[in-house]
Amino acid sequence: MGKIFTTAQAGTLESSDIMITVVPAAEGDGVIIELESIVMAQYGSAIRKTLTEVIADQGISDIYMKAVDRGALDCTIRARALAALGRAGAVPKGEML
Amino acid sequence: MDLRRTMLFIPGNNPSMLQNGGVFGADSVILDVEDAVAPGEKDAARLLVAHALRNVDYGRSETVVRINTLDTFGKEDIRAIVPCEPDLLLIPKVETCADIKEALSLVIEAEQPGQKPVNLVALLETPRGIAEAYNIAQADKRVVAIALGAEDYTAALGANRTKAGTEIFTARTIVVNAAAAAGIQSIDTPFTDANDEEGLLEDTIVAKQLGFKGKLSINPRQIDVIHSVFNPTAHDIDWAEQVIEAIRRAEAEGSGVASLNGKMVDAPVVNRAERILHLARMLGMVKEAE
Repeated sequence: MGKIFTTAQAGTLESSDIMITVVPAAEGDGVIIELESIVMAQYGSAIRKTLTEVIADQGISDIYMKAVDRGALDCTIRARALAALGRAGAVPKGEML
Repeated sequence: MDLRRTMLFIPGNNPSMLQNGGVFGADSVILDVEDAVAPGEKDAARLLVAHALRNVDYGRSETVVRINTLDTFGKEDIRAIVPCEPDLLLIPKVETCADIKEALSLVIEAEQPGQKPVNLVALLETPRGIAEAYNIAQADKRVVAIALGAEDYTAALGANRTKAGTEIFTARTIVVNAAAAAGIQSIDTPFTDANDEEGLLEDTIVAKQLGFKGKLSINPRQIDVIHSVFNPTAHDIDWAEQVIEAIRRAEAEGSGVASLNGKMVDAPVVNRAERILHLARMLGMVKEAE
């Protein structure tokens, strides 16, 4: 099972980017995602789904993630989420490069 | 031969520019994870560029990634980027044939079964690199071009960089000659003042006159100016068509020698005419040869 060990951040608040902060959670806390987006009404659920997928792909079951989206494409969201997880100490799996 | 009149640098950690890189009409886009990215952001930029290569449509632009030098983050870049199938890698600060061979062996190791081979462009930006230009150019058939990076080069020389560019004249001619001798393309250094369109035009005219096949570019606004210089003119195309017609006529008459307006048409002239027509056809300026 994947795990993160420290608080970490990736991305920016520039247009078309997303800033993602991850914090380790206690075992059993589950995946908690707090999302802000300028396109929340249109894409909020899709962004949340992407973030959930990336976390699951890395085998992480307990994490707190805050994402502040400025209209990022799906590929940017994935890249930033992976960068944040990598910086937090997650061991790379699958598409995590 | 591929068209590389303009090779546009796009900062590798900027999602907005990465996703729009294909709209500017550059022949190549260079997704840059080297100088455009701060050391602490290399991991994030590498991921962003890898995902962009797999998901963003760069249209007719060839995709190139400038990786870091192999003694910094370059090996990780190659492992992550090559499987995403960029057309080329731009290898910075190449100084010897061995640098190319080392990069290439890592590239081959990183390639996935069945993927398109990733070719290389060597960026020569040190006095040693310029001195070794020919050896680098012919190091491997996957090296499709060598490019001059004049900022680092002049800094190493201790020369001031000027608009006239006299301090890089020797390096430019060495790069052009080495590339021609190896049968590959030569790409000129970027013109770094994005607001000086007239200076860019003059600099590009010099580059074309010396024999460069294209120019690195640091701003989308530079693309049209550079293309205007490297594109053949109507007069060029007209002359080239007359040359080809003259040599065809001579061959039909059983003569190996042709003349056009009193000037001899020999093999180098025909080669030049064919190059102009090839470029014009690629740009849709003339119809395909029958």
